[in-house]
Amino acid sequence: MSDSHSVDIKKHVRVYIIVFVALGVLTAVTVLVSYLHLSVAGAVTLALIIATVKASLVACYFMHLISEKKLIYWVLSLTAVFFLALLILFLGAYHDQLGLFENIFG
Amino acid sequence: MQIPYTVTARPDTGLFNAKLGVWLFLASEVMLFGALFSSYVLLRVGAETWPHGYDILSVPIATVNTVILITSSVTMVMSWASLMMKDVSKYRLYMGLTILLGLAFLVIKGFEYNDKFAHGLYPSSSTFLAIYFTLTGLHGLHVLGGIIVNGYFWGPGLKMWQTEPERFTNRIEIAGLYWHFVDLVWIFLFPVLYLL
Repeated sequence: MSDSHSVDIKKHVRVYIIVFVALGVLTAVTVLVSYLHLSVAGAVTLALIIATVKASLVACYFMHLISEKKLIYWVLSLTAVFFLALLILFLGAYHDQLGLFENIFG
Repeated sequence: MQIPYTVTARPDTGLFNAKLGVWLFLASEVMLFGALFSSYVLLRVGAETWPHGYDILSVPIATVNTVILITSSVTMVMSWASLMMKDVSKYRLYMGLTILLGLAFLVIKGFEYNDKFAHGLYPSSSTFLAIYFTLTGLHGLHVLGGIIVNGYFWGPGLKMWQTEPERFTNRIEIAGLYWHFVDLVWIFLFPVLYLL
C-alpha cells in the first residue's frame, strides 16, 4: 500500500471523528427539543428532520455513500420509491375509507 | 469453486460482488423495516388517542443506548480503517469494542424490557406497546445478528487476513455497511418511539 493511500485513510479518520461529534450533538438536540413539548406536528417534523440529517451523515460518511458507484445509487433510489409507496398506499387507502378523497375525485 | 470478484471490481458494476450483494440485502431490509414503519404510521393516524413515548418509556436509557450505538458505528468504521492501514492489532481492538458496545446495547435493552414486564406492560397491553416491542425486538435481533458476524471476524474469521488480506478488508467493509444500517434504523426508532 502506498504512503499516499495511508494519508488518505488518515484523512478519512479525521472525518469519522467529526461526524461522531456531530451525531452526538444532534442526539442531544433531538432529546432537548422533546422537552419543549411542541405541538405534535411541529415535534414530528423537527424530530424527523434531525433524524434524517443524522441518518444522512451515517450513510454518506460511515457507509461511504458520498463516493459510491452509480449502480448503488440506482438500487437505493428504487428502494426509496418503493418505501414511499409503502407509506402512501396505506395512508391513501385509510383516508379513502374515511371519504376524504370524495371532494377531490367527486 | 472460486468465487469471482471478491477483491477486484466487476467491470460492468464497478463493484466487488459482495458489496453489491450487501446493498441489495440492505434494500430488502429497508422494505422490511419500512413495512413496519408504515404500520406504525397507520396505527397512529387511525388511533383515537396515542400516548407520548416518554410517558411510558425511559428517554435517558434510550439516549444512552443511542450514544452506545453511534459510538459502535465509529469503532466499526475505525476497525476497517485500521485494516486499510495494515494494523491488525488496532483492528482487533476496534472490532472488539464494536462487539462489546453491541452487547451493552442489548443488555440495556434487556433491562428496559424487563422493567416493562415487571410493571405488567406487555405487547398485548396496548397498540403502542405492540408496535414498540415489534420494532425494537426486530431491531434487537439485527443487533444480535451483527454481533455474531462481527464476533466471527474478530476471532476465527481473522485467519483470512494471513492469506487474502484485501478480501478480508472487503469483508469488514460490508459487515460495517450492515452494522451502520442497524445504527441508522435506531436513529429513526429512537425519536419515533420515545420522543414523539
